[in-house]
Amino acid sequence: MANTTTNLAPARAQKAPEAGALVATRRKRRYTLLTRHDKILIALMVGVPLTLDLLLIWGPTLASIGFSFTNWDGIGPITGDNFVGFKNYQFMFTGYTLFWPAFTHNLIWLAWLTFIATPLGMFFAVLLDRDMRGTRIYQSVFFLPVVLSLVVVGFIWELQFAPTEGFINNAFGLVKSGNLIDWLGNPRINLFAVLVAASWRHVGYVMILYLAGLKSVDPSLREAAKVDGATEVQTFFSVVLPVMAPINVIIVVVTAIEALRAFDIAFIINQGKNGLELLSILITNNSVSEASLVGFGSAIAVILLFISLGPIILFLSRTMRSAA
Amino acid sequence: MTQNYQLLPSTMPAIFPGGAVKPNRRRMRPARLALHIFLGAMVVLWLFPLFWAVYSSLRPLSDTIQNGYVSWPSSLGFTNYATVWTQAEIPYYYLNTLVIVVPGVILTLLLASMVAFCCTQFSWKFNLIVLMLFTAGNLLPPQVIIVPLYWIYLHTPIAMLGSIDAGRFSFALFSDNNLLYDQYIGIILIHVVFQTGFATFVLSNYMKTITKEITESALVDGANVFRIWWSVILPLCRPALAAMATLLFTFMYNDFFWALILLKSGDKRPITSALNNLQGEFFVNNNLIAAGALLACIPPIVVYILLQRHFVAGLTLGSTKG
Repeated sequence: MANTTTNLAPARAQKAPEAGALVATRRKRRYTLLTRHDKILIALMVGVPLTLDLLLIWGPTLASIGFSFTNWDGIGPITGDNFVGFKNYQFMFTGYTLFWPAFTHNLIWLAWLTFIATPLGMFFAVLLDRDMRGTRIYQSVFFLPVVLSLVVVGFIWELQFAPTEGFINNAFGLVKSGNLIDWLGNPRINLFAVLVAASWRHVGYVMILYLAGLKSVDPSLREAAKVDGATEVQTFFSVVLPVMAPINVIIVVVTAIEALRAFDIAFIINQGKNGLELLSILITNNSVSEASLVGFGSAIAVILLFISLGPIILFLSRTMRSAA
Repeated sequence: MTQNYQLLPSTMPAIFPGGAVKPNRRRMRPARLALHIFLGAMVVLWLFPLFWAVYSSLRPLSDTIQNGYVSWPSSLGFTNYATVWTQAEIPYYYLNTLVIVVPGVILTLLLASMVAFCCTQFSWKFNLIVLMLFTAGNLLPPQVIIVPLYWIYLHTPIAMLGSIDAGRFSFALFSDNNLLYDQYIGIILIHVVFQTGFATFVLSNYMKTITKEITESALVDGANVFRIWWSVILPLCRPALAAMATLLFTFMYNDFFWALILLKSGDKRPITSALNNLQGEFFVNNNLIAAGALLACIPPIVVYILLQRHFVAGLTLGSTKG
């Protein structure tokens, strides 16, 4: 008896890992189905695009950081003598008169989109998210500017804002009375004129994203709120908005990225000078044009990079969490 | 009080189906009307800049100068369009855009769908990290990478393999200066790489909804991975691919920045960045500029009108399922 039990125990002990191994192989079956040939194919199918992405996106990103510590002009080899430590940053923060204005303009851009254009787009979405005659037409109209390039948007709004030839000054009689408002030339107001143009496009974009989110909200939630006696406004703020948390994050990210990328309209209007300086424009003006200050331009790029990492990380943590 | 009142409309139809609906609707009317008036006003506001551009483009400059900018026209016509079309060589720039955008969209879809397929249908160690790299790369402002990228473009040798000549147009096959800089192929390359990030993200969101069993059973049947991607998964993704194609077309068509920095020759510029020169050429004639700008935005508007459903689907696929 004692013998049989002792004999049995090892047998059982052996069986247990076997069962475990069986589970493991079943879980790993996907791998076993793939031949070596398949694995090479997968490596190629991911490897080629990934190499391109690393070479042309992430490599340059890291190189920007590296260049920002040099006084390299982009010509000839880069040597140890080019290394200048934090001098570019020091000059940027203290000596370069365009940096803080550009930084402030980006912030104003972000604030304008966040507090004016984005809420307006959300408001349109809420108004249009109902069974109503003409809702499709309204949506199409508000979305139309989104398909236009920012260059064309810039041109279209120049026709409104131009000092003597523009619609606004002419329509309000400012040309005749000689009280011209130079919407695009006056550095105190031209940023806001440009922001009106940028919003024309941004509102429709946010509206479409938000509408898609609203459509995915379970209608029974609203019904329940209605039965409980909540008004439409109450329902929106205490039922719909919290449920929409994921889409709200996306809209925040889209808005922030849009504000950091701002370049085209300002460049079209006056090449980003005289009140329209932006970080993105300073980077290109300093390092890609004749100036060829690769090191200094890269330092500005690094600032833009670190600001962008905020929304990017927020976006990744939200979307990839649900993926994992 | 009001709360009790609000309770009625939603419960009454349940109790008195049919009968309660009518008073309900009538009661909503003033609010609905106000809503329509507000939205109508907004529509007018939204369309006005576009309307004004169209109106300006149809007026000869002489008429505008005679009657003032805001005035009734004494003559309207398409002369401005004809002038821009020939003087600014609009058809040539359309062709440049076409040469860049068509290969750009196709290559982006191919590469992105490969990555998305491999990252969603198989689990391996780094698939999430790869997806993150692609997604994050597309969110970077292009200006962050432009300085080193510009250098790379100036220092990458590319073979010169002749060109395709069509009438007075000549399109270099690879390069006509041995470089990536100032070449169609260079612009196509950066569009493809940059937009692959976005397309990978969206397509992988879509492919996550396809069960892995499809791939597994195809593997059991002896198909290789490449074949499964091409003839099983891609056909299943047709709606997402259509949506992406529409969106990518618009993104690449509307690009200004890459072409501005990475192209030097004016005659290689796609239409959107060629518009910038229009401003210098016709700087006193706003009506001509309006005509040029409108000509440049006709293709995306046509695409939008014809494929609106895909367009919106593409944008929202990237946001709602994330």
